[in-house]
Amino acid sequence: MTERLLQLRGVTKHYGPVRANHDISLHVDRGEVVALLGENGAGKSTLVKQIFGLVTPDAGEIVVKGDTRPISGPSDAIARGIGMVHQHFQLVPVMTVTENIVLGHEPISGGRVDLPAARARVQELSDRYGLAVDPDAEIADLPVGTQQRVEILKALSRDVDLLILDEPTAVLTPQETDELLRVMRELAESGTSVVFITHKLREVLAAADRVYVLRGGQQVGEVATADVDEAGLAELMVGRSVVLRVEKDPAAPGEEVLAVEGLHVADDRGLPAVADLSLSVRAGEIVGLAGVEGNGQRELVEAIAGMRRPTGGRIHLRGDGTTQGGASGAVGEVDLTRARPDRARAAGVGHVPEDRERHGLVGSFSIADNLVLNRFTHRLFARRGVRNRAAIDDNATRLREQFDIRSAGIHTRAGALSGGNKQKIVVARELSARPRLLMAAQPTRGVDVGSIEFIHSQVVAARDAGAGVLLVSAELDEVLSLSDRVLVIHDGHIVAEVDPATIDRAEIGRLMAGGRRDAQALADEWGAGGEKQGPAH
Amino acid sequence: MNDTSTTDRPGPSPAGPPREQGATSPENRRGVLDVLARFQGVLVPIVALLVAFAIGAALIRLQGVNPAFAYTTLFRDALLTESGLLRTLQKATPLILSGLAVVIGLRVGLFNIGAQGQLLWGAIGAAYVGVHLAGAPAVVILPAALLAGIACGAVWAGIAGLLKAYRGVHEVISTIMLNSVAAGVIDWLVSFPLKEPGQSIPRSSAIDPAAELSNLGFVPVGFVVALALAGLIAWILRRTTAGFRFDTVGANRDAAHYAGIRIPLVVTAAMCASGALAGLGGAIETLGVVGRYETGSSAGLGFDGITIALLARANPLATIPAALLVGVLRSGAAGLQFETGIQPEVVDVLLAVTLLLVSIPVLARVLFGRRARDGVSLTSGWGS
Ligand SMILES: Nc1ncnc2c1ncn2[C@@H]1O[C@H](COP(=O)(O)OP(=O)(O)OP(=O)(O)O)[C@@H](O)[C@H]1O
Ligand SMILES: [Mg+2]
Repeated sequence: MTERLLQLRGVTKHYGPVRANHDISLHVDRGEVVALLGENGAGKSTLVKQIFGLVTPDAGEIVVKGDTRPISGPSDAIARGIGMVHQHFQLVPVMTVTENIVLGHEPISGGRVDLPAARARVQELSDRYGLAVDPDAEIADLPVGTQQRVEILKALSRDVDLLILDEPTAVLTPQETDELLRVMRELAESGTSVVFITHKLREVLAAADRVYVLRGGQQVGEVATADVDEAGLAELMVGRSVVLRVEKDPAAPGEEVLAVEGLHVADDRGLPAVADLSLSVRAGEIVGLAGVEGNGQRELVEAIAGMRRPTGGRIHLRGDGTTQGGASGAVGEVDLTRARPDRARAAGVGHVPEDRERHGLVGSFSIADNLVLNRFTHRLFARRGVRNRAAIDDNATRLREQFDIRSAGIHTRAGALSGGNKQKIVVARELSARPRLLMAAQPTRGVDVGSIEFIHSQVVAARDAGAGVLLVSAELDEVLSLSDRVLVIHDGHIVAEVDPATIDRAEIGRLMAGGRRDAQALADEWGAGGEKQGPAH
Repeated sequence: MNDTSTTDRPGPSPAGPPREQGATSPENRRGVLDVLARFQGVLVPIVALLVAFAIGAALIRLQGVNPAFAYTTLFRDALLTESGLLRTLQKATPLILSGLAVVIGLRVGLFNIGAQGQLLWGAIGAAYVGVHLAGAPAVVILPAALLAGIACGAVWAGIAGLLKAYRGVHEVISTIMLNSVAAGVIDWLVSFPLKEPGQSIPRSSAIDPAAELSNLGFVPVGFVVALALAGLIAWILRRTTAGFRFDTVGANRDAAHYAGIRIPLVVTAAMCASGALAGLGGAIETLGVVGRYETGSSAGLGFDGITIALLARANPLATIPAALLVGVLRSGAAGLQFETGIQPEVVDVLLAVTLLLVSIPVLARVLFGRRARDGVSLTSGWGS
């Protein structure tokens, strides 16, 4: 008989009127991979936080290996063999990878932290699980994808019987995701159970043995992955059938909106990230930027948004000034090369930043304030320096409804929202400004399938209304299905332009890998990405 | 709302009934705690204060005085006589202003330790104008003296603001050093160039009577000004785009940058505003209470501002009760010494204990367990 590692009975957690979890019962056996699936705000994170002792249930029982004592806190959970990787990073930015991973259980010699030993341990963990990290890099300098890898290694660095992963793949590249799914299967085979949360149905089918579906805080379904397909999962989750492919008419591109010429941008360390890059986006088209993360996408987008000074080259915005974002004087051509973010925005640039927690939101502010975060001086929302609260609230009420932001109200703290609902705030704010140029970096990261469908349709609608769209996404599927034209970026250069309708995955994978030696291996992996990886039953 | 937990209980599941019975009472206790936790911002300072008074009582008892008598004397002296009340409000006035100064800093994530130095500059600036414009009509000399105090404080704080904004110098370090420099330079000023002729102690000449701030009965005019400013600042922070900029920079610098807010400008402006308020506090002290600049007369007012701002949890309106409390204690301490021989320093102990309990999250944890709100750090770390 298999060992019952975890048993939940009637777990309930309310936040005021919000029923985050209601009477949830489920179990996890040893050596199983169990997926939790559900819409944004369904209560998945709340549930796993209770298993990890971060949140105390209002009612119900959590039994770990037959032990019914309540879990008093994370250290208690760790002592009982539970490890967790959070949806939002918990790393210390000024410390190195090694320091972060050993934090709390440092190898000590002679009363001091034995850094060489710690470093060796990190290296060993990294090799064992195939999660490459530089042990000496400082966290603040790392892209989000690498930070996530560090989080996973940190959890694995303790002895765990049950590893909880809250949306671990949201920030990973497809190769990294496949690696992680493999690691999860390996862990399960060696007797460590895994509970993971994801919005990507493919991952559920590839890695999980069983799935629990949550909706509105309640457990509404349990299926074995062997008995279900993607469409079935989506329907179980949302309660209706979901269009998993983007539906759009062919683009009717107009005038050029964005012209980038010979652009050079440095990264945070002052090293060149974008070198002599030129591209153009026309009104009424969606240009996808495909590339492995860390090839200059972030720096390029931040330079256009005015958040980062280019070290050379030119950025021009053109248009007829009919869109709402265009302030007076912005009609015609605007040089944005050295513009600050407020001027870029006034000229009609909208920007969904890739790191919503860091740039896109202020967690302690209300949803209403976050929905005007970068437009608070706009004449709609302020007169002579006095904020127009009625207009700000109206805006929030309308967007909350339109974008289906699930919260108790518009004055809820944005920080208390579920991950996907936070993302919807950022997307709603940027799209509602009706920008002339919309730059969307990872616009559907952490968003449930139903909302992805909606956000995609809104981006297409913005295109059809005449906006130029620059889409950056780590999801190759998203880039290929949403874009009208795809540029491949590698090492700070545009290395190719391809037609998303005809390109094959192996070819684009080869291009994204650039001139690297392992190009062929990568290409193979990309080529295989579309197929379902059979879980080892 | 509260009944959701009882009416929406899980249905008749096998494990239901026994669990339900056992859970009823802790459930109710939780409900009460949840409600109380919402008023954490008010409850924690009050409990901290009660604990501090208890510790103070023990200290007073050790000196052989009945604590009940001592506290009654203190409060009666500070509140129940007309002269005591005037003195209390006069003490509270610069405290409200220096509290507001620290609050403004906290809202943009800066810890302005330098209110003391800024306040001293305000005091001497006002004294200089009050002495040197002697003979001018009150409508000229009084506003000029107040403005001089405001400007001196703003400029002095502006130095720390510029250093922070453009050179990344941590404001705690720069303002501590600027405090020492201010004390030294001002001491020199009143010992030599601005010294009252023929005097041996370092102090300026008396200001022109036309520059004096009067009292309306037992209410000093300065106190009314301080109240009005607390209201104005609360309104600015809540309702204006400037306030939104301040709070955004304080809450998330990266998001502020993304939102197009010019962080160096906001940081500098906030420090100047902070210094202006502290400087006004010093000016009112000179024009309304002391009548000249005298070394040592404003000692500690700026540092009490830190206590007040933290007690008020960076809320401008809450600086009023916090400053009144400190004012009462400081004002009553003199009478206490006169009648019982207890050193006025006992008040410092009370305030220090209160501040300690308010600023460390332990008390909130003990009171509310895990319902305690995450320890919101009021200021940026050393690194940023
Ligand atoms: N600390 C909190 N205070 C108030 N409400 C909260 C808090 N944490 C979560 N909630 C609410 O509980 C509900 C469930 O949130 P949870 O984070 O568990 O969702 P989720 O299923 O993880 O969603 P996502 O897929 O978007 O991450 C949401 O409505 C959320 O707003
Ligand atoms: Mg979540």
